[in-house]
Amino acid sequence: MVEVDCLTKYYGGFAAIQDVTFSAKPGQVLGFLGPNGAGKTTTMRILTGYMPASSGTAQVAGYDVFEESREVRRRIGYLPETPPVYPEMTPRSYLDFVSRIKGVTKRERPEAIERAMAATQSLDVGNQPIGTLSRGYKQRVAIAQALVHNPEVLILDEPTIGLDPKQIIEIRNLVRGLAEDRTVILSTHILPEATQLCDKVVIIAQGQIVAEEDLGMGGATEDLEAFFLKVTAHDAVELNAVDPTVTSNSTEVEAGEDTSGVSDMMHDSETGGTE
Amino acid sequence: MTNVWAIAYKELRSYFVSPVAYVVLAGFLLLCGWFFWSYLTQFSQMVAMYAQFQQPQMLEQMNLNDMVMAPLLQNMVIILLIMVPLITMRLFAEERANCTDELLLTSPIETLEITLGKFLGAGIFYLVLLGCTLVYAGILLYFGDPEVGTIVTGYLGLLLVGLSFIALGLFTSTLTSNQIVAAVSAFVILLLFFAIGWPASTVGETAGVVLGYLSLIEHFQPMTAGLVVSSDVIYFLSVIAFALFLSQRSLESLRWR
Repeated sequence: MVEVDCLTKYYGGFAAIQDVTFSAKPGQVLGFLGPNGAGKTTTMRILTGYMPASSGTAQVAGYDVFEESREVRRRIGYLPETPPVYPEMTPRSYLDFVSRIKGVTKRERPEAIERAMAATQSLDVGNQPIGTLSRGYKQRVAIAQALVHNPEVLILDEPTIGLDPKQIIEIRNLVRGLAEDRTVILSTHILPEATQLCDKVVIIAQGQIVAEEDLGMGGATEDLEAFFLKVTAHDAVELNAVDPTVTSNSTEVEAGEDTSGVSDMMHDSETGGTE
Repeated sequence: MTNVWAIAYKELRSYFVSPVAYVVLAGFLLLCGWFFWSYLTQFSQMVAMYAQFQQPQMLEQMNLNDMVMAPLLQNMVIILLIMVPLITMRLFAEERANCTDELLLTSPIETLEITLGKFLGAGIFYLVLLGCTLVYAGILLYFGDPEVGTIVTGYLGLLLVGLSFIALGLFTSTLTSNQIVAAVSAFVILLLFFAIGWPASTVGETAGVVLGYLSLIEHFQPMTAGLVVSSDVIYFLSVIAFALFLSQRSLESLRWR
């Protein structure tokens, strides 16, 4: 359970996010969409207790993020934008360390580590230094880190970044499975990912929530791209210029390949280009 | 407390899986060995000389504690001045450069636990370093007849000096994500603490007393001579506590930047 109410964060005089309000229930995957620099990471950092908001309140798993930060941090699994891994450690010793500081008891620790590694399919690199692993494996170890203490709420900042199409599908399935009895919030700027994975999307642009859409019934999802461009358009005039290509892309998605790794990458470069 | 141990254990591991620990250990022991050997040969030459010229009163003044152990310990402080910043520079700067501070600060542990864990980790590594140099004291005890008490108090002093250095180095490491910057600023602060008492005799009475009290070496020297004064011990403990306090505040301030 995550409830965010009127969250505002200033960096100096610059408002990174302003009056952000949304909520997510257990069993729900909430997608946090928005162009780069829109305030997704800032919001997530506030929710995880990494930094405080300037004003507003947020509750995670029934605890206030500011008043009972430690209780919140106990119940939250967080995957930051950059995998927070130690290059000289092996995934196994890394997860051992993380499970200790996350408060997993000594008795439960071996099983928790195996479970997190199995879920992220990183068992085969368990004893190699993380520094020698590929980007995809590093990302998987980082996801395992977020899971190891079996948290009630998962906050994943761009979980599929750096993964190949096959791994993206695996991680999507993993997230869907995890969401059965948990609340998951993930950020992405890959729109098809949001339509396939999320029950609800919140679109944020220039620090403000511009739209909230329930995708639960699977209806109207194919319009998400056009919708996204419409609601984020006011802060980027050039967007209109690429509108035609976007329409052709959304037809591609409608055509129904669920292995949208390739179109993901296209979208990815496209969103990058339009900012 | 389990969190403090978890952090300390992780620090120790990363010292010993990287070459840092071995380079520092080998370098420190090489330099200490050189100093020990040169003081010892000087000492035995003087003993031989006085014996030859039959000067028993001079021979009686010859003392392994004053002529070998005390100068050795004082020189170790100078080596530590250079080595400790290299031990402590990575403690927080590396976390920030790796973005792993985000993991630590979003885990259910307090910044004080992180600070103490880091201090403990580096402190245990320092104990290993110091433990290795006990071999010199062992050699003196085996072949000669030094006072054990004086050696013990000397090592107590060295322990306190080293831990103060580590706490100060830890603090500079919380200020930056650049390890070189952390090491250089630690070195400057340590050297300042080392030399702060030098102008004490020329700056007037009050200022001289203050500078003299702040001087690290002023509080260390009596211990190498076998004298443990509570004000000296309190001096080192307050330096450690103050530096750890600053580190914790600095770490907490990361959230507000």
